[in-house]
Amino acid sequence: MSFFSFGQTAEIDVVLNDAETRKKVEHKTEDGKKDKYFLFYDGETVSGKVNVTLKSPGKRLEHQGIKVEFVGQIELYYDRGNHHEFVSLVKDLARPGELTQSQTFDFEFTHVEKPYEAYTGQNVKLRYFLRATISRRMNDISKETDIVVHTLSMYPELFSSIKMEVGIEDCLHIEFEYNKSKYHLKDVIVGKIYFLLVRIKIRHMEIGIIKRETTGTGPNIYHENDTIAKYEIMDGAPVRGESIPIRLFLAGYEMTPTMRDINKKFSVRYYLNLVLIDDEERRYFKQQEITLWRKGDVMRKSMSHQASIASQRFEGQESGEKPPPAQAKEESN
Amino acid sequence: MSEPTVADTRRLNSKPQDLTDAYGPPSNFLEIDVYDPQTVGVGRNRFTTYDVRMRTNLPIFKLKESCVRRRYSDFEWLKNELERDSKIVVPPLPGKALKRQLPFRGDEGIFEESFIEERRVGLEQFINRIAGHPLAQNERCLHMFLQDESIDRNYIPGKPQ
Repeated sequence: MSFFSFGQTAEIDVVLNDAETRKKVEHKTEDGKKDKYFLFYDGETVSGKVNVTLKSPGKRLEHQGIKVEFVGQIELYYDRGNHHEFVSLVKDLARPGELTQSQTFDFEFTHVEKPYEAYTGQNVKLRYFLRATISRRMNDISKETDIVVHTLSMYPELFSSIKMEVGIEDCLHIEFEYNKSKYHLKDVIVGKIYFLLVRIKIRHMEIGIIKRETTGTGPNIYHENDTIAKYEIMDGAPVRGESIPIRLFLAGYEMTPTMRDINKKFSVRYYLNLVLIDDEERRYFKQQEITLWRKGDVMRKSMSHQASIASQRFEGQESGEKPPPAQAKEESN
Repeated sequence: MSEPTVADTRRLNSKPQDLTDAYGPPSNFLEIDVYDPQTVGVGRNRFTTYDVRMRTNLPIFKLKESCVRRRYSDFEWLKNELERDSKIVVPPLPGKALKRQLPFRGDEGIFEESFIEERRVGLEQFINRIAGHPLAQNERCLHMFLQDESIDRNYIPGKPQ
């Protein structure tokens, strides 16, 4: 968003140093549209230039200081006035004074911590942005540039499956099994439903993915449920001993990693919802939480490149610095 | 690094199904017929009764076959008992048809053949829907309605023995 003074005297904007090489990703905006933003990971350095352009050259711009901030904040839609900033860094670019001509300022936020993934949801938004500001007596000139952050994880391939027997006594017993409890965003859910006892007349069975966004705490807790996917996996009446296979490709759906209690403000969790429908339209269902995570890919190479650029710019710093956290190993799948 | 595109055909291992399970009678057999309407009594004391015949292999029902005689008010009694004692949303009964019970009608009123048939169908749908409900199967009143010779309106509500 830009705040321009009436009859703007100057424009301010931010350009990243690696704008040519850095990857951009699509991210949903609050009104549902999709835009592209530069993608950053935790620990990466954010560096660039702030350009101040005077509209009428020759006319001086008096100011109370020029600065650039890197902000990570959580915004609850029902409480817009309060932004919860969990990352707030500032670099002063110019002391109070005046500019007689357009000027460019370099900045660098080194190895910035970006602990959470950027998220735009139904009732809450978590975003990261650079804000360049020219402070003035009457009104500031300021510009915000959003970036998107992804959080990567690395989980070993061998982890436990989910296997459970559920049912209604003397009526319906099933055993469901899903091959993993944690799935990455492009993974495949492989599972099966085994019928142990069927004393009701089942007409069909469906499986779905439900996303639950939870905001607020205590008595003000609010869950927003959204069915991401739903499809029929069985048509007809099963009998005892039948096994119904499940295969659900996650890459086709727009999902985020599981986010638990982010900064104590919100959560985003995913559930597999198994529903059996009998011939009187009665629904029997079982929800099971799955953990979704984002797998690192070949992108990793640019991260080390970033770290080496950062260490070269400022001589005197130790080389062989601690590498940025959350570096996922390349999967050999 | 590009991965070869292969259709993902993984399945979990499953136990092969026992053939007697696969081809034997299903354990969810429950069929109830409402039929043979008979109008009994004379004049203004007439009423219609129906046969309610049940065949099932569900273990929760004591008798695997039963046949009892019921009238519309017995179905109403069952609906009221279930609405009071269980958390089920009980399906609707066919209408009471009070208009048909007023005098000076051109036709037979509630003893009109087409009306009786309409009602019979509605009662059959009602009892099949409710008898298949796992929560209703846990109520004494349903078992008494389907399998006892007569309904004891002074019974003690609760779970079937």
